[in-house]
Amino acid sequence: MRFVIALVSAALAASVIVSAAPASDAPDPAADAEAFRNYFVTKFPKVKLEDFVNGPYSMNKDMRRQWQEKEEFPPYEFALEAGKEMFAAPFKNGKTYADCFENGGIGVRQNFPYFDAKQGEVITLELALNRCRTANGEAPLSYVKDEMASLTAYMAFTSRGKPFDIKIPDDPRALAAYENGKRYFYTRRGQLNFSCASCHVQSPGERLRAEILAPALGILNAMPIYRSEWAGMGTISRRFITCNSQTRAVPEEAQSEDYRDLEYFLSYVSNGLPISGPGARP
Amino acid sequence: MRHIVLVASLLIAATAPALAASEADFKAAYAAADAAEKEAGSLRNQWLTTETTLKAAKNAADKGDFEAATASAKEAEALARASIVQATGEKDRWKDAEIR
Ligand code: HEC
Repeated sequence: MRFVIALVSAALAASVIVSAAPASDAPDPAADAEAFRNYFVTKFPKVKLEDFVNGPYSMNKDMRRQWQEKEEFPPYEFALEAGKEMFAAPFKNGKTYADCFENGGIGVRQNFPYFDAKQGEVITLELALNRCRTANGEAPLSYVKDEMASLTAYMAFTSRGKPFDIKIPDDPRALAAYENGKRYFYTRRGQLNFSCASCHVQSPGERLRAEILAPALGILNAMPIYRSEWAGMGTISRRFITCNSQTRAVPEEAQSEDYRDLEYFLSYVSNGLPISGPGARP
Repeated sequence: MRHIVLVASLLIAATAPALAASEADFKAAYAAADAAEKEAGSLRNQWLTTETTLKAAKNAADKGDFEAATASAKEAEALARASIVQATGEKDRWKDAEIR
């Protein structure tokens, strides 16, 4: 709790400084992304830009060594195999996931989420996978369980090294979705009065109980992740819900509009950083 | 933050039970808490703590302990109100934290 209070006051102090900067209100995602990147690169001058994608493991040499050791016998191997099999297995109607995606779903993870002009909403990879299932007469998968994690792990693996390439089309609805995601990211919630930014912008590299906080730059590139604490894999949905609960906020439903917009924002500001998923965490 | 804590503690202080609470007291307190929590829900800003405190109120009432049930319901209302204050305050204040 003492840490929590220290964090809150650090966050408050930081926000005072930031708010002194001239504020312009016209949305400008490109300028946001540049400022976002500059903030982290300046805060961590020793971390190479492409290394931010390794979350807590990017934060110092020691952690980096741990990560390299872990990658030799990656604990997500099992999920990756399972995901590959699931991905290839035909639905009852004979079609497969590959039929629902560009390039048969191989090497496309970096393009998610995208804004779908027809539906007027943000489509994440997890949502696209379940829409693929329901369009082919299959029941949707849980967004927080192993099967969804395995499928996204496999799709991420086939896209490793490809830079995030999130587009915000010239459509006021797409811009509004992006802005809503940004608002969600910076808004304080829960009894502890934390925003995502309180932990992942103001305090990356710091310890919260046993864990080192990941920087918000590149924070989704390694998803889904294996966590020893979960004794398994977790999707982006699962991570968002867990992080909300930590602040004693009632989390939203997996793949709610807010969560999808949040993912849109976080992915966009990490454009150019390589996909590194699936990831492994202590 | 300090403001929210202050509001919450004022509300909790104001709700210290004066006399033994009846079932009717509990029902009134619970209805008020429930309404406040619904309002927080419409702002998509409920707190887990409010939810557990509401449950505690219900459980105590089920056991016939209206004293404890009423106290929990009043605490839940205070928590729900604090979450509403937070959501309202954050409507614009989030922009102060933005990286620019
Ligand atoms: C109280 C601090 C706290 C808050 C607030 C918080 N998180 Fe986290 N988050 C953590 C901790 C602790 C972890 C696990 C260690 C790590 O990877 O950072 C984590 C991990 C993550 C990860 C996985 C990163 C990785 O590489 O393993 C993502 C993604 C994430 N958080 C997103 C969010 C989002 C989005 C929000 C706002 C809805 C949020 N967090 C709010 C503490 C927080």
